[in-house]
Amino acid sequence: MRNPQLNDKGELQHLLSIEGLPRETLTHILDTATSFVGVTAREVKKVPLLRGKSVFNLFFEASTRTRTTFEIAAKRLSADVINLNIAVSSHTKGETLLDTVDNLSAMHADMFVVRHAQSGAAHLIASHVASHLHVINAGDGRHAHPTQGLLDLYTIRHYKKDFTKLSVAIVGDVLHSRVARSLIHALTLMGTPDLRVIGPMTLIPAGVEKLGVKVFHNLEQGLRDVDVVVMLRLQSERMRGALLPSAQEFFKYYGLTTEKLALAKPDAIVMHPGPMNRGVEIDSAVADGSQAVILPQVTFGIAVRMAVMSILAGN
Amino acid sequence: MTLVLPDPEALCAGLVQQLKPRVTADTALVGIHTGGVWLAERLHTALDIALPLGLLDISFYRDDFDKTGLHPQIKPTQIPFEVDGRHIVLVDDVLYTGRTVRGAMNELFDYGRPASISLAVLIDRGGRELPVAAQYVGAQLEVPTDRMLVLDRDENGKLRLKLDA
Repeated sequence: MRNPQLNDKGELQHLLSIEGLPRETLTHILDTATSFVGVTAREVKKVPLLRGKSVFNLFFEASTRTRTTFEIAAKRLSADVINLNIAVSSHTKGETLLDTVDNLSAMHADMFVVRHAQSGAAHLIASHVASHLHVINAGDGRHAHPTQGLLDLYTIRHYKKDFTKLSVAIVGDVLHSRVARSLIHALTLMGTPDLRVIGPMTLIPAGVEKLGVKVFHNLEQGLRDVDVVVMLRLQSERMRGALLPSAQEFFKYYGLTTEKLALAKPDAIVMHPGPMNRGVEIDSAVADGSQAVILPQVTFGIAVRMAVMSILAGN
Repeated sequence: MTLVLPDPEALCAGLVQQLKPRVTADTALVGIHTGGVWLAERLHTALDIALPLGLLDISFYRDDFDKTGLHPQIKPTQIPFEVDGRHIVLVDDVLYTGRTVRGAMNELFDYGRPASISLAVLIDRGGRELPVAAQYVGAQLEVPTDRMLVLDRDENGKLRLKLDA
C-alpha cells in the first residue's frame, strides 16, 4: 500500500505519523533541525524560506504550547500564520471537518497544522486536500503526535548521541498518550535496544509488548540503569471510569522523585512533554533539578517544527 | 574539446598573496559550504587570521527553494564572532550566477551589520545573473554552460577541480 505521507517521488508530502517512515527521513529531519537551532539563537531569528506561504493552525482541541511552537516555527520561516480555534467556531455551528478544510483551501492555504481529538483526523484531511498542500499532524486522539516524537528524539540525540546503546523508560499514562506511541516508533526505528514502559496495569495498553517494549508495573524496577526517563502527563481529562484511585496514590507509586531517579544512571536525563502536573507524575525537585531537560525540549521543538515545515514545503 | 583545469593548490597560494596586504585585526573569513569552507580553512591558516573562521550554509536563503526544495544535507551556519563593524571576506570555490553570494550576504546581515563584505573565489567562470563581482580571484575560466565546475577534496585533504555533467 502506498504510504499516504509520501508523494509520487517518495518524498515527504505530509507528516502524519512516525510509523512507516524510513530511518533516513527521521535523520534528515533531525539534521536539518540542528541548523535551525543556530538560527533561533541569533539576533534575527528568521529565515526567508516560507516567505509568501500561508500556514493554517487548525486546532480542534485545546493546546497552548504546541500551537504556539508551531506558530513561532512558521513565523521564523517567514510564513504567514493563521490560527483557528475551531473548537469554538464553525465546528460548533455544524460545519463538517472537510468543509472547513475546503473553505480554508479556497483562501489559498499552503499548509495545515492539525490537532484533533479523533485519531485519524489529519489522515482524512491529507487524503482530501489538493496535491500542493501539506498537512502536519499536531496530535490526533490517542494515535500520534509525530513532531513531539521527533523533538523527543532530537533531545535524546542531543544529550546521548548514539541511540543504539540506550535504555529508555517511558513512565506513566501510556494508555492515553499519543506522545508515547510516537516516541516508541521513533526510538525503535533508530535502533534503541532497551525500551521500557512503566505504569499501572490500568494505564498500559494491552499488547504494547508487540511494539518491542518491556512492560514494568514497578517504577523502581523499571528505572534501574536507564539513560533516559520520559515522564508522561497523567491525562485525567481523558479518563473515564475508575482507572486510578487518586492522584496522590499515583504519585506514591509512579511519581518521579529524586530518590527514585537515583536508580537510573547518574547521567540520566529526565524529559516531559508538558504540561507537567507537579506532585502527580513528577516531583518539583526533579522537574527543576539538574537532570531535567524539559525546557530545552521546548526550545528544540521549535527547530524541529521548522525543519519539518521547510522539508514539506520544499517537496 | 577537453578543458584544462588549473591546480587549485596553486590558485589558493595566489589568493593568499592577494589577500595578505588587506588583512587587519577586524578581518574575518566566512566560507560558503562546502567547497568555500575548504578554501577558507586554507586561507585562514595561511593568512594567520585572528578571528575564528565563519561557516555559512545558505540553504535557508536560496532563491530556488520553490523549485528544488530544501537541500538534503544542510550543515549548520556558524558565525563565531560579532559581525557588527567587521570587514568580512566571503570565500567560495566557484563564482557563477552570483545567486549564492546574494544568499550569503542576506544571511550575514541577519547576524549584524558588517563594515564591509568582499568576495574571494578560486574560479570566476562568468555567467553572472546578478550584479556581483569578486575582489580576489584565483583564475578566470570559461566553462560550457551545461557543465558544473566544483571543488573536490580527496582523503589526503588535497584540493582538486572537477567538471560534472
